[in-house]
Amino acid sequence: MKTARLLPLCCLALAACRPDMFNQPRYKPYAEDTFFQDGASARPIPPHTVARGRLDEDEQFHTGKEDGKLVEAFPFPITRQILARGRERFEIYCSVCHGSAGDGNGMIVQRGFPAPPSFHIDRLRRTPPGHLFDVMTRGYGVMYSYAARVAPEDRWAIAAYIRALQQSHNARIGDVPPDERAKLEAMKP
Amino acid sequence: MAQIFSPRANTFARIGIGGAVGLVIAFTWTWNTLYWSPYATWVGVPREQPVPFSHKHHVAGLGIDCRYCHTSAENSSFAGLPPTETCMTCHSQLWTNARLLAPVRESLATNIPIRWNRVNDLPDFVYFDHGIHIHKGIGCTTCHGPVDQMPLTWKANTLYMKWCIDCHRDPERFIRRRDQVFNAKWQAPSDQQEEGLKLLRDYHVNTTGQLTNCSICHR
Repeated sequence: MKTARLLPLCCLALAACRPDMFNQPRYKPYAEDTFFQDGASARPIPPHTVARGRLDEDEQFHTGKEDGKLVEAFPFPITRQILARGRERFEIYCSVCHGSAGDGNGMIVQRGFPAPPSFHIDRLRRTPPGHLFDVMTRGYGVMYSYAARVAPEDRWAIAAYIRALQQSHNARIGDVPPDERAKLEAMKP
Repeated sequence: MAQIFSPRANTFARIGIGGAVGLVIAFTWTWNTLYWSPYATWVGVPREQPVPFSHKHHVAGLGIDCRYCHTSAENSSFAGLPPTETCMTCHSQLWTNARLLAPVRESLATNIPIRWNRVNDLPDFVYFDHGIHIHKGIGCTTCHGPVDQMPLTWKANTLYMKWCIDCHRDPERFIRRRDQVFNAKWQAPSDQQEEGLKLLRDYHVNTTGQLTNCSICHR
């Protein structure tokens, strides 16, 4: 008789083993949802939405242009740290096509992607930094926009690093600080 | 009055007791085996996907950095799955007629995201932040395994609580230099113990037991 009374209790205990806590009624990032036609719970951002702290008023900083003209100077001073950041981001997002040295023969190009011009041609050496920023922001030719993948400050850092790459290909021994020159001379083949 | 139990009852009782114990052991063993088997954990089982995306080809073959596609891995709780545009950055020019990539082109044309099947899924009662692990020197492969060697992606670890705690107890066994976090080929050096302890200090990882506090993951 006692056992019979325990049985429903056991059943109740087992019935509690449900995955409700594992899968709670909320959306995880990119979760599916049948309510919307495209099946996604994450909704596209309505046009002209301003993210908190991102009013993007600074036209130069966010477009690389001023009154429709490409800016000739970087919007902030370039430090060694910014160059290092630019290098890191360049290696991640740009080197796949442009190559680590910027000569336009990255791995994806070697696999058949149309080759971009080298950064070391005259036209690109003379182009204002605003142009480099604008290309990353809006894309150019077959190159897609990277605005959604790389933050504006990083795009500027990459532009600065491209400038450094260009300089490295056209440097003279006089550009090297005197105390470093001997090291370089010693490496001469 | 006749005896209720015949002499054979002793044997039956012994068999009964032995059998019951055996059953409990068998049940526990089966449960345990199942619980840790790929049947329940999905460890090492490649997930079927709408497009048979190969990390091996893209990472080891082409040398694309993790962050090229998983753009929010460093700053967000979620590493980020690439939008279709990211795939099409290259595939608008390469393999443009490949049958395997038809779902990608369709997604771009219809603006309906590709339905990838989640490989690493934590229970909803676990708070997890990708960014902090990256910033404190926990590499991609520490949790995700040799992704660069996966032709189809599989889960490399159970993501059970025991597994999380194992590292939260002794993070010095796994921590690496920040510039090595995204290196899929990283191997622990022979002096990992000392190096790890040094990195814990350098990166200000709290080693006073905070990492094993319940509320660090269950908030």
